[in-house]
Amino acid sequence: MNWIDNLIFCVLLAGGIYWFARNAQKIRRNILLGRALDISDNLNERWKLMAKVAIGQSKMVVRPVAGILHIFVYLGFIIINIEVLEIIIDGIFGTHRIFAFMGYFYYLLIASFEFLALLVILGCAIFLIRRYVLKLKRFMNKELEGWPRNDAAIILTTEIVLMSAFLIMNAADGVMMSYGKLSGGILLPEFAEAATKIFGEQSQAGKGLYFPVSAYLTGFLPSNPIALHYIERVCWWFHILGIIAFLNYIPYSKHFHILLAFPTVFYSNLKPKGKFSNLESVTNEVKLMLDPSAVPPVSDAPPAKFGAKDVPDLSWKQLMDAYSCTECGRCTSNCPANQTGKLLSPRKIMMDTRDRMEELGKGIDKNGVNYSDSKALVGDYITAEELWACTTCNACTESCPINIDPLSIIIDLRRYLVMEQSDAPAALNAMFTNIENNGAPWQFSPADRLNWKNE
Amino acid sequence: MEKELVVPTMAECLAKGEVPEILFWVGCAGSFDDRAKIITKAIVRILTKAEVKFAVLGTEESCTGDPAKRAGNEFLFQMQAMTNIQLLNGYEVKKIVTGCPHCFNTLKNEYPELGGNFEVIHHTQLIQQLLDSGRIKVEGGNFSGKKITFHDPCYLGRGNDVYEAPRALLGKLDAALVEMKRSRANGLCCGAGGAQMFKEAEKDNKEVNIERTEEALELQPQVIATGCPFCMTMLRDGVKLKEQDQATEVLDVAELIAKAADL
Repeated sequence: MNWIDNLIFCVLLAGGIYWFARNAQKIRRNILLGRALDISDNLNERWKLMAKVAIGQSKMVVRPVAGILHIFVYLGFIIINIEVLEIIIDGIFGTHRIFAFMGYFYYLLIASFEFLALLVILGCAIFLIRRYVLKLKRFMNKELEGWPRNDAAIILTTEIVLMSAFLIMNAADGVMMSYGKLSGGILLPEFAEAATKIFGEQSQAGKGLYFPVSAYLTGFLPSNPIALHYIERVCWWFHILGIIAFLNYIPYSKHFHILLAFPTVFYSNLKPKGKFSNLESVTNEVKLMLDPSAVPPVSDAPPAKFGAKDVPDLSWKQLMDAYSCTECGRCTSNCPANQTGKLLSPRKIMMDTRDRMEELGKGIDKNGVNYSDSKALVGDYITAEELWACTTCNACTESCPINIDPLSIIIDLRRYLVMEQSDAPAALNAMFTNIENNGAPWQFSPADRLNWKNE
Repeated sequence: MEKELVVPTMAECLAKGEVPEILFWVGCAGSFDDRAKIITKAIVRILTKAEVKFAVLGTEESCTGDPAKRAGNEFLFQMQAMTNIQLLNGYEVKKIVTGCPHCFNTLKNEYPELGGNFEVIHHTQLIQQLLDSGRIKVEGGNFSGKKITFHDPCYLGRGNDVYEAPRALLGKLDAALVEMKRSRANGLCCGAGGAQMFKEAEKDNKEVNIERTEEALELQPQVIATGCPFCMTMLRDGVKLKEQDQATEVLDVAELIAKAADL
């Protein structure tokens, strides 16, 4: 009746992957609500940047403590995936440690998984302490109240629990396999067989060599082989089902960054940070204004809005940035406006953009693609006060470990306020008038521009 | 007695049939702000000493549109940009030096898409070139042993990755260059950028320039150096408010070089 296990496993795995794909597809659709934007230049440079910043984590280690702990968790995640692959194959075909044929390389793999699992547990534990015991300032901002704070706790705790299950599973398996070797497998022949395969007939090596971390847990386990068998099986199922469940948690969570960090860095802004985008819709208008004989470009498309009022007015890249943000808050902690107690938080800009996309997405799920509501990103999510606090200093874009660009969103929203709503602070309107009338932000006559020469 | 400055304009050069090596884009602050005008004159003295054939636009110069663009007024920005580009292209300008990182950034990065393609450098970069090629010489005398810290203007540093040129110049002064905790890519804004210069700060518990000034003053420097007329205003205000203006001067790198070179 062993095949029932395998069947259940296959159904759960397929269901888990299907549901994840369905939700990932929704996120893709939400991102594509954004404006088209061609980013296909400098592909070589982009691959290199992705290798350095995303795969190489180069900007993470700017803050060494969080950076190095994150590398533990990141490496753990990537490398332990090899183990997950083995578990999936074992689960489908009812095999036990199918990769064991690799011999010593397999021992090396298992040993590295064990150390990484330990480092992941350590990393996540310290992360929890930083957030909930030390209460680091950037984890205490208002925008994290409620769900975002719980989200972080769920992610970190789940990772600790999954890795613990993995280690306990190995510990139980290790004990059983050593029984197999010592007693010739009187109780559970399949383990004896596996043990011979793994440890070798003549091997004197103890279980500790192959399970360098979990070997220390064996003392806490019962010696009864049947109990051991159940512990191993429960942990095995818990570990893999936990992973499938976690996979399906990710699309609802800031943890989606583990997937989108890579394309987000790939499509980074490669231009100097000081350069702001050029609004072509404005260029056409200004050309007509300066040269009345110019011919306006013929287009059937409705005239574009100047700036962004809501998420569909932003580009797909800006929207992807929002789904990639894992709310670490380095941008906000480096933001001069935020440091001096102003309302602006670049992290909140990204979170609001994502939350608004989610809201629109849910509306579309219910009511079809033409859904619109009376809400907007400006006003309902992000206030003018936040937008006008920005000094455009680029501290946020510099500090983001995956090159997210909150500043471009702030500017697009400012453009909407100024050009569509004529809603700039009065002092800025005065500055605009000065530039228009006398070519300087202050009220000086252009005729006096060279007076300094003789003063 | 101050020597009278010779500042040719592009119009005068054109009339004489001369082609200047470089256009000095003075900027609104450099033209109208009393403190920044002193920096402008220091730059002119350095250019004159180095026998650089430069010219200014004079009364023909107009705002690059930077504060309008940062404030979201793309219309006004592009009006300014296109008018300026027409003027610059009319004079067949190839190379521009600016006295302000905001003009520098805008001319260098945001004009090309609108038809203005020039080689644009910041005055600290030009002065570095002049020193490196031996066109001017500096003895550290005046500032020898003094403690100087450099405040990175956002649009020079993070905005355009120019961190070394101003520091190389300060290095020529034989002074003790000390760095603030937040410097270079991690530098803290002075609070003026993004058109904040022209408005009241939003509700807060501290002004950005006070935060930055306090950080600089912790080092007890004799000089806070910078390369931007707006940072200059913000930091000077901060130093005055902290009543440290007797002990600590805020100077542009160009002024330091001009003083060290006895100009």
